[in-house]
Amino acid sequence: MDLDIFDFYDKMEQSNILLSFKGEITSELLTSILQIMESKLDNFEEKSKTKKKVYNVLVECLQNLYHHVDEVAAVDDKSKRAKTAIFMIGKDDENYYIMTGNYVLSQKIGPLTEKMEKINAMSMDELKALYIEILNNDQFSSKGGGGLGLVDIARRTGHKLGYNFKPVDDEYSFFSLDIKITHKFD
Amino acid sequence: MEIIRIAATPKTPMIHFDHAKGHIELRGRSIPENSLEFYKGLLDWLERYGNSPQAVTDVQVQLEYFNTSSSKCILDVFKALEGIHKKGKTKMTIHWYYEEDDEDMLEAGGDYEAIVTVPFEKIVIVEE
Repeated sequence: MDLDIFDFYDKMEQSNILLSFKGEITSELLTSILQIMESKLDNFEEKSKTKKKVYNVLVECLQNLYHHVDEVAAVDDKSKRAKTAIFMIGKDDENYYIMTGNYVLSQKIGPLTEKMEKINAMSMDELKALYIEILNNDQFSSKGGGGLGLVDIARRTGHKLGYNFKPVDDEYSFFSLDIKITHKFD
Repeated sequence: MEIIRIAATPKTPMIHFDHAKGHIELRGRSIPENSLEFYKGLLDWLERYGNSPQAVTDVQVQLEYFNTSSSKCILDVFKALEGIHKKGKTKMTIHWYYEEDDEDMLEAGGDYEAIVTVPFEKIVIVEE
């Protein structure tokens, strides 16, 4: 294989990556990842408040991925790439970072961008109002969707959602989400 | 009416619904990918409870984590309780527990309180 594993290792080490995964996102995988991250957070002796915030945001990010991948796979069942995704969790002196990447149909770029820009332009009070509005809307399904996950992430982190779309071919783009959670407040 | 007792799992909370005691309790984590499956039976039970509620209904919600998929189901539980409460046959309070420094969980309780009309009591859990 024409691949330098040290190069990967070095890049991840430089970027303070705690954990990374590329492949199919299943319910069992998420259970394991959450368990691993929970014990890491315990080992870091984070404050209970920080630990809960990181854990909650991680659940939303990973389950977003789980539902999204499912969605794309339903459209394009034969495509192997549609089912796989990537995520990385990192930590430096001030923040935790959760980065996810998955294929999306390019036609989704418009609505997704609009949703995230709307969220990014909101104050904390506006985010709270939007969260309650979506939650109380009967059209929002318990399967997720409606963008409640992204609103929840923005509310909990107090940071803007970082994102990017990279065109892949006529149909697909690669969507990356970049989330930051500050753990150092003083 | 039957009692519902479900043990907690890494992704779903402990459940204890007891008609004879008017006791409705959810405790632990609620972070399943698809929460409707889990909550469906609870909502069915509440519908039956509403037909013959106790004079006092004590609702205890002590969640450590919940995801947005569960947040909708939890609201459905509260709305079912609201329907029962509105009939005026039972005295009902929703006790919402949160850990001392968990502002997010306190705020989540406030979100629900803003939507449903059942009296809420937010109770802080102080670590010893």
